[in-house]
Amino acid sequence: MTDTVPSPVTERGPAPVVAPPTPALATRRLTKRFRGGQVAVDGVDLMVPHGSVYGFLGPNGSGKTTTIRMLLGLIAPTSGEHDLLGRRMPGAAADVLPRVGALVEGPAFYPYLSGWDNLARIDAADRTVDPATSRARIGIALERVGLSAAARKRYRNYSLGMRQRLGLAAALLRPRDLLVLDEPTNGLDPQGTREVRALIRELAAEGATVFLSSHLLSEIEQVCSHVGVMSRGRLVAQGTLRDLRDVAAPRVRVVTGQPAQAMAVLTALGLAAPEARDGQVLATLDGVPSERVTAALVRAGIGVRELVVERPDLEDVFVSLTGEGFDVDQ
Amino acid sequence: MSTSELTRHPTYGLLDRPAPVSTRLLRSELRLVFRRRRNLAILGVLACAPLLLGIAIKIGGGGDGEGGGPAFIGQITRNGLFLAFTSLVVTLPLFLPLAVSVVSGESVAGEASAGTLRSLLVVPVGRTRLLLVKYAGIVAFGLAAAAVVGAMGVLVGLLLFPTGPVTLLSGSTISFGAALVRVLLVVLYVAAMLAGIAAIGLFISTLTEVPLAAMAATAITVVVVAILDSVPQISSIHPYLFVQWWFSFGDLIRDPVVYGPMVHGLVVHAVYVAVFGSLAWARLTTKDVSG
Repeated sequence: MTDTVPSPVTERGPAPVVAPPTPALATRRLTKRFRGGQVAVDGVDLMVPHGSVYGFLGPNGSGKTTTIRMLLGLIAPTSGEHDLLGRRMPGAAADVLPRVGALVEGPAFYPYLSGWDNLARIDAADRTVDPATSRARIGIALERVGLSAAARKRYRNYSLGMRQRLGLAAALLRPRDLLVLDEPTNGLDPQGTREVRALIRELAAEGATVFLSSHLLSEIEQVCSHVGVMSRGRLVAQGTLRDLRDVAAPRVRVVTGQPAQAMAVLTALGLAAPEARDGQVLATLDGVPSERVTAALVRAGIGVRELVVERPDLEDVFVSLTGEGFDVDQ
Repeated sequence: MSTSELTRHPTYGLLDRPAPVSTRLLRSELRLVFRRRRNLAILGVLACAPLLLGIAIKIGGGGDGEGGGPAFIGQITRNGLFLAFTSLVVTLPLFLPLAVSVVSGESVAGEASAGTLRSLLVVPVGRTRLLLVKYAGIVAFGLAAAAVVGAMGVLVGLLLFPTGPVTLLSGSTISFGAALVRVLLVVLYVAAMLAGIAAIGLFISTLTEVPLAAMAATAITVVVVAILDSVPQISSIHPYLFVQWWFSFGDLIRDPVVYGPMVHGLVVHAVYVAVFGSLAWARLTTKDVSG
């Protein structure tokens, strides 16, 4: 990776093992500076492997939606370039975008039209589909998102969850090679969120690459193969889920009646930053095999009640990368 | 194989190559414009104008040209077809431009505020194509508005007043059928006048994401131009104001028809459409769509 401004994580680069020759989506130094000088997206290098389910994570205001708008040609990047399905944008938009299903910044439809009529409007705009199959495709798209019963209801009267589903249905009006879904589970109840996850798995199984953004790691962790993390307009981490987990070192937690002695043993082993609290001793493993820790503790005659190697969960990694708290990124 | 499996086939419903010309979006746009209740209400209100006018003249006995007003009013009691002309004269200064201001102001700004602009652009709909389709929708609405006024004028005129061969303003008489053709030509001319306002409204609509602001700005523009047109001190610019040419269609109710002013009016409007159409295009094709 030719990152000129190395950050601890991006330096590692995307997972080289699974990267096929043509990524489904790639950006190089993609940047958007708004009038007034605010940099919303700052030199982002996305690499979304073909066939992956890529979770695009970041707190609200971290530049995810602005990035997605640039990807789809809605706004022009200040600098940088990007390819969709191997073709340079925005030049190839007319050829490529039909193969890309998109849900950008929440659903947007005509309030005075029914769900069905709204999809018919979108379908009518697509010159690459056969009008003769329009009804069948609209019907199936509504069925896949569970909206068949509300097809004739006006959009105005849809609940937030139903609106979100209709937005997904619009992305499913025709076969797609890439789906770009901005916060697809926003406004859905837990049941709806599960359904959307199942739908995403299904689409991925059919061969589509899925790029989905979320500010909630927990909502997409289960479906993603790859993750990119945005913070303050920059991509601070990218890779497979495993790559991301490895970012934070595993720690060992020892429950014992002799914390002071245990501390001494761990320090002697060269473990970094041991700390004791509530009859527990915690230390970063730093590559020391946990077997050696166990053996050393036993040799020192320390009564070990419990010894656990903790891999930090992804949420911890996410928070450590993006910061915690309610402050919206500027 | 179930339909569901069928539709998941990687090429289901796809054309071998994109349709070079497709009227689907245009038809969809026309449905959008003409099925919208608000727009239908506007057409309904416009349809009432000839009715009210006809009843008023019937009751009032039609004043024999003494009460001022358009020259045609006195003619209505002699031939109902004049109600169509009079209705268009009465609605053209305000009601028809207002109707077109609403629909044109809504056009792009309405899509932007609802977010449907981005939905269409990612389909993808080319921005130029979208603009053309939007403009066609407004022009069609303007034509429908003029046609509704003209048709209701004919209808109410036939019901309330005498019919038969029509004596024109110039004194000569033409058959009823020929006079109907004249009504049609007047409607088309009025629609062309409205197409000029449509271009201005379309441009204003690309500047904002607030449809109401675009509607108001378009209507105000029309009013300001009408005021300028009534100030004699600046008569030198009057030939370039679109309002100046609105009522040239009166020449269609003479015999022989004088085409000069109408042709001039159409040319002026074509220039307005070209200028504001280009501005709208320049704006929309470079706009960051972030709504």
